[in-house]
Formats: sequence, C-alpha cells, structure tokens
Amino acid sequence: MNLSAIFGEALRALRQNRLRTGLTMLGMIIGVAAVVLMLSIGQGARTKINETIAAMGSNLLLVVPGATSSGGFSFGSGSVRTLTINDANAIAELSSIRSTAPVTSGTVQLNYAAKNWSTLITGTTPEYFDVGNWAMESGTAFTESEVRSAARVVVLGSITAKSLFGDEEPVGKTVRITNRPFLVVGVLMAKGQSLTGRDQDDNVFVPISTSERQITGNQFPGSIRYMLVQGASAEEMDLAEIEITQLLRQRHRIPNGKDNDFTVRNLTAIADVATDAAKVMSIVLGAIASVSLLVGGIGIMNIMLVSVTERTREIGIRMAIGANQRAILTQFLLEAMMICIMGGLIGLLIGIGGAWLVSQVADMLIVITLGMIGLAFLFSSAVGIFFGFYPAQKAASLKPVDALRYE
Amino acid sequence: MSSIQTTHSTQSLIQLEQLCKSYSLQDVHGQTITTQVLYHINLTIHQGEFVAIMGHSGSGKSTLMNILGCLDTPTSGSYWLSGKNVAALSSNELAQIRNRNIGFVFQGFNLLKRMTALDNVATPLLYAGISRSKSRKQALEFLRHTGLEDFAMHQPNQLSGGQQQRVAISRALINHPSLILADEPTGNLDSQTSNDIMQLFEKLNRDQGITIVLVTHEDDIAAYAKRLIHLKDGHVTIDKNNTEVTALHETF
Ligand SMILES: Nc1ncnc2c1ncn2[C@@H]1O[C@H](COP(=O)(O)OP(=O)(O)OP(=O)(O)O)[C@@H](O)[C@H]1O
Ligand SMILES: [Mg+2]
Repeated sequence: MNLSAIFGEALRALRQNRLRTGLTMLGMIIGVAAVVLMLSIGQGARTKINETIAAMGSNLLLVVPGATSSGGFSFGSGSVRTLTINDANAIAELSSIRSTAPVTSGTVQLNYAAKNWSTLITGTTPEYFDVGNWAMESGTAFTESEVRSAARVVVLGSITAKSLFGDEEPVGKTVRITNRPFLVVGVLMAKGQSLTGRDQDDNVFVPISTSERQITGNQFPGSIRYMLVQGASAEEMDLAEIEITQLLRQRHRIPNGKDNDFTVRNLTAIADVATDAAKVMSIVLGAIASVSLLVGGIGIMNIMLVSVTERTREIGIRMAIGANQRAILTQFLLEAMMICIMGGLIGLLIGIGGAWLVSQVADMLIVITLGMIGLAFLFSSAVGIFFGFYPAQKAASLKPVDALRYE
Repeated sequence: MSSIQTTHSTQSLIQLEQLCKSYSLQDVHGQTITTQVLYHINLTIHQGEFVAIMGHSGSGKSTLMNILGCLDTPTSGSYWLSGKNVAALSSNELAQIRNRNIGFVFQGFNLLKRMTALDNVATPLLYAGISRSKSRKQALEFLRHTGLEDFAMHQPNQLSGGQQQRVAISRALINHPSLILADEPTGNLDSQTSNDIMQLFEKLNRDQGITIVLVTHEDDIAAYAKRLIHLKDGHVTIDKNNTEVTALHETF
C-alpha cells in the first residue's frame, strides 16, 4: 500500500470518530496555541527591550553626584551639587571617552497660542542628542555657539510638540517658556519609554547655559544634575570608568580612603541585565507552555492506545486481507501525526489570534516570527511521532489470528 | 467435470506434514496447562479442489483454517503452500501471500465497519499497491459480478447478511487468489441465501479453477464440495471423495 492510500485510510479513520478526534486535537490545539502565545509575548518583550536599548545609545556611562548608597542605584539627590560642567568638559578630554553631555533639569510651563503644557526641561549641550542617540524629526539641535551665548532656542520632544502644535510645524515658531519667548529649532523623533518605564518624549531641551541663567536658576553656578558619558568603544568601558573615577577624585580633591562624592554607572550593564531578564522570562513562558503541549501529547498516546484496542478486530481484518506490519504501523502513526499537525495548525492560528488580542488589549508588543511558526509545526509533528509510535507499534505487532478473534 | 478436476489438481497446493497445534493457558492455580487442538495432521490439497471440512464444535476446524490461511502458526510439523515452507517466510511475505494468494470468507463476514461495500472490496487492492481510483473501478466490476452494483455505496450495517457475505466474497476474489478459505460462510444465513452463496463458490471452482476449502456443520452445504474431510478431536477421521455430489451434478 502506498503512502497516499495509507494517508486516505488514516484520514477516513479520523473522520469516523469526529468527536474523539476533535477532543484529542483540542489538547494539541491548546498546547500549540499556548506555546505560540507565550513565545510571541516573550519575543515581544525582548524586542521591546532591545529597541529601547538601541534607542538609548551605546557605550553609555552615567555620572551622578553623591556617593552610592549601599547596593542602591541613586540618581543623586538634588541637594548634592558636586558635579560641574567643567568636570564634564575635563572627562571629555580622556582618551577612553568619546564625548560627554552635562544635564540640568527641572519642570516648566510652556505656552503656544492659547495652549498650556507643563513638562520637563533639560538643559544640556549639543552632544546630548548624539550620545543619547536622538534623531531629529525636523529642524536641528541647538549649536555650541548657542550654548556659549545662552540663546533662547528649544528642541521639543515629540509628545510635547504634538501637544502644543498639533499638526502644525513647530520649527521656526516661538513658544513661551516661563513667559520668555524661545525659538523652536528642532523636534525630536519619538523614542517611547525608557528601560525604567519613563516616557522620554514629553520633554524640552535648551542650552544648559540658558537653562541655568534664565529658567531654572541655580544656587550653585556650573553644577549639573548628572552627565551622560559615551565611551570610545565597548571594550574600553571598564577603563573609562576607572579613568573617570581617578580624574574626578583628583579634581574634587578627595583624599585616599575617603568615599567618592559621585557615582559612575554603566548603562550598558543595566541594559544587559534587562535583556537577560527578558530572555529568562521568555524561556520560562515557553517552558510552561511546553508542559501543556506535553500533556496534549500524552493525551494523544492515551487515545491512540484506546483506539488500537478498540480497533483490534479491524486490524485483524486488515491483516487477513493483506496489510503488512509496516502498513498498519504507518496508518496509526499517520493518524496520530495528522491529529497533531492539524491541531498544531489550528493552535497556531489561535495562538496568533490570541497574541493579536493581547497586543490590542494589553498594549503590549507581540512578535511572531516565521521561526516560531516552524517550531510549532515541528514540535507538533514531533509530539505526534513520539507519542503515536508506541500505540502504532502495538497495533502492528498484533498476531493476525489474535486480532481477528478479539471481541 | 472430471477433466477439469484433473487439470487443476496436478500440483499440490497445500501440504501438511505431522502438523500439531496446542495452546498453553494458565489455570486457576496459575499453572500452565497445555491443550492440544490438532494432532499430527497429514493432508494434501491440490490446486482446483473443493474441500469441505466437517466436525463437531471444538474439533479444531477453525484452528486448522487459520493455519492454512497463514494467520496462525503450527506448534510443530510443517505446512507447504505452493511448494514453499510457510514457517520460513517473513511476516511481510505472509502478508503478501494473504493479500495475493488467499481469499478469506468468514462466518461473521468481517467487513470493515463504516466503510462502503465498494471500499471494502477495494482495500486488498490498495494493500497490493494499486491506486485508489483503479482499485475502486475494479471493485465495482467485482460487485457487478456478484449482483451488488446497486449496493456499492452501502455500509455493512446497511446490507443484509447475504449481501454482506457476497461483498466479503467479492473482497476475497479481488486479487485473483488461487485459494479461498471459508470458515462457516453460510453459518449466519438462511438456507436459500446459503444455497446462492454455495452456487457462487461452485461456479468459481468450476469456471476459474479456484481451490476452495470450507468449513461447515451442514451436510447439504458440504454436499457442494467434491471432497469431505472429517475432524474429530484434532484428528482427521474421514477423508473421502464426495461421490454422491459428483453423481448429483452429473444428472443435471
Ligand atoms: N487462542 C486459543 N487459546 C486457547 N485455546 C484455544 C484458542 N483458540 C481455540 N482454542 C481451543 O481449540 C479448540 C478448537 O477450537 P476451534 O475454534 O478450532 O474449533 P472449531 O472446530 O472451529 O469449533 P466450532 O465449530 O465451534 O467453530 C477449542 O477447544 C478451543 O477451546
Ligand atoms: Mg470454528
């Protein structure tokens, strides 16, 4: 009997027992749907984190004022003002450093036409946009000379721009920040949330000098809230950390044995932790889903064993009219595999549908790859072969006379 | 009649030598007891013969038929089928022999449930490697011969016993076997239908030279055969030509 004929026999047997076939398939459907859903959620989380990390910029160090509280991750309390713009400039000269961007920040009220908007203001230098991997939606960043002259120019975050201007083009317009007119020179491309979940697009950026002198004011002139430092290369990040520490201790005249009055944080390392966490999460999700696939597989084996017993006489008749062991084995194996593959395909569709639903309802990023679809397909046929083989083997090894006599 | 018999009987199709069959069972005390069912059977059946095996219930007729059909194996002794030692054949070769050389007809019909008469008849062809469409076409031809064309799409439970047995006979014939083994083929049928079936067998034997071995309890069914074998407690007690029948037919 050729394979297509056996395939036909197997299909007929499955059709004859629609309800049982359906119920057995259900185990497979749920298993595969769960695997696809979990994998896509896990993959979505990883993709999201990778995007965020890529948007963050590479080889980043964060230097904040104040000592590290033990084990903590302090962004520096506002009262400690030990870091200055000059520190940032000095660090920028180090060989292991590509550039630095000092940052001051505060909250301000913006007006344009009749619209009011309260948001974060960041005072910084043009390097900030490069280091932080910001792209311009329109216009340009402010320049070095605008920093020197404390010009009233502003770069708007995408959400801020949208809130104030709607569909209007902001570049070239004037907004009022704490009632002073500022020329909008650029609008940033949206970036989404940061690793810590903060929205990064509701923000405005002005030259650090302008911010200090005209907006937030500063009781300690030249002091900054933190600085972003970009290392020259990924390999030299440890060296960069050491050089920054040495330089700052020297500049701040910290005697040996005393604690630093600043903290250097490697953002790439933090990103790695987040990536690892996402990876672990997707593995755990996948493992949990695999258990349901396994249970589905055992269900198939169970049903196939029952089916072999129930159809013993049929097997005997088939043997009497010329079926050899291979034909019987193939038929039962094909039955199991067809349940698995059909269940797998339906499960795949349901999984994709479920993933879409989750992405709509929970506003999560869901990623379905071709690899996942292939994996689900491969997995379900593997389950079919693995759990279908034993019952099929059992059917094929029946003695014709015993099978025929079976009541 | 006799001339046909000689042309088809020259070659020995079945040869049994000292064939024994016993079963081992556990009794209530967990001890193995062996019951012997067939004792040192020596039997030769030639191509083209029409043999009826008779005997009391439990005398070993079905056991013998199962061995002849390569569905069961003897405990000792040898079975030569068309000159081949059956004990030396692989399970694949046995399957092929059951498929190509032997046709089975059972008392209980043994059709595949929830499958049309047509597909039942076509299945042996599928196992012989013939395509489904070709098999169906050929099966329909065979059903036409047995007068069941109109019932081709009926499932076994939609057919009468006689119709089911005729489907089973069509299935047994589809691969042009040289041997038909029929274990009480008329056991579940009324006498009119039984006679129809027996006439069909007789015709197959006479016109196509197909060897037929059938088991029956009834004398008038056995009367269709040309040779009678009596089994008693696993021994062949009578083996004779059914002259009475031959005479009967020669009067027609
Ligand atoms: N699988 C088996 N295990 C043990 N004993 C068996 C088995 N099959 C048959 N027998 C025994 O072998 C003997 C002969 O059985 P068999 O079926 O050949 O009888 P039979 O002549 O066909 O009878 P009947 O006319 O009632 O069909 C019986 O005593 C039966 O109990
Ligand atoms: Mg019997």
